[in-house]
Amino acid sequence: MSLLSSSLSVARYKVAGKIEDPVMETVAEGLKKNAITTIEDEYAEITIGWTPFESDFEPDFDKFTFTYGHYFIFSMRIDKKSVPSKIIKKYVAIEIAKKLKEDGREFLSKNEKTDIRDAVTEKLMRQIPSTPNIYNVLWDNENSSVMLFSTQKAANEEFETFFSRSFKLKLVKLFPFTMIEYSDEWKDEERDKVMNLTTLNLKGKIDA
Amino acid sequence: MLDIAVSYDKYKFLGNEFLTWLWYLIETDVNIKDMTQIECNTLVLETGNCIGLENSLGDDAVEKISIRGDDAGLEEGRTALKKGGVVTDINLVLRMDENEWRFSIKGESMNITSLKVPSTEKIEEKDEIEGAVLERIYLINTVFEVIDTLFKTFIKKRISDEWKTVDLPAIRTWASL
Repeated sequence: MSLLSSSLSVARYKVAGKIEDPVMETVAEGLKKNAITTIEDEYAEITIGWTPFESDFEPDFDKFTFTYGHYFIFSMRIDKKSVPSKIIKKYVAIEIAKKLKEDGREFLSKNEKTDIRDAVTEKLMRQIPSTPNIYNVLWDNENSSVMLFSTQKAANEEFETFFSRSFKLKLVKLFPFTMIEYSDEWKDEERDKVMNLTTLNLKGKIDA
Repeated sequence: MLDIAVSYDKYKFLGNEFLTWLWYLIETDVNIKDMTQIECNTLVLETGNCIGLENSLGDDAVEKISIRGDDAGLEEGRTALKKGGVVTDINLVLRMDENEWRFSIKGESMNITSLKVPSTEKIEEKDEIEGAVLERIYLINTVFEVIDTLFKTFIKKRISDEWKTVDLPAIRTWASL
């Protein structure tokens, strides 16, 4: 996921709108206010926040820089808890056996089993530590462009929402249509022509 | 303006057609360097070890063909093109002067994956991080500069009057060889 790693995956965005002046202070404030918390919330299934590029686990933007040349570089960290289904199954079976023995019964109702399952899942979720995932972000403010070093759909969706919330700026994902629609290099008449294009077929004589 | 999700689906064919056109350029030895404004002595694009194609069979049915291996080749792919297929993703090698980039690109999203840029000096001291990062960014941006320029060239051609009379017949001829 790191922009320094040997193999990279990159999704690109255009920043719609301008960041508030003074730019550096606005970015710093957005990062600090939305930095990932250092205290793990035992009830949270997922925690998202910013952390410095050079410090995945000490989210201190006073100590670590986020400026490199004219770029802003930092990371989005997503801490997620997930309990393997086989572990849940094991503890549910143990709890059901315990309950049957305590009550001297042979069967439990469907609702009782569901309650046991919910209780077991909640308990395990509290106990298990979350797994961190780090995604580097490269923001070129001069060109209003942003790269996220991940092409995972879920990570990109979380990033778009979290970036927008942190910096009050909308991100537009760059793909064929938006590469034309959000670029200054195209005239309106050219954009209109693109909008009217239809799929071509290499084997037939279909109009392009 | 179109909703983003709608426009993604409606115009994803442009990305697939762009990759098909790129493949045509590579296979017919078109000088790609002349299409870019990048300052260098040599610029060559080659197909890498993977290519994916898709052929619409109508009624939302789609035939997908994935060709892998160092000789990802090209006969099977060309057969798919002859049946009306388009390239949906392709692994490419970009050689510029003595440097080499390898990456895969997906037509509908234009996402780049498995990007390997030319190797740079290993970071040994903390104060070397900024220099290494900026060099990395330069190398990453180079790939996008090439892709963006080629995409722009493709779209200009695609909306030009010459597309139907010059480019499309040439691509059809190549695909049917």
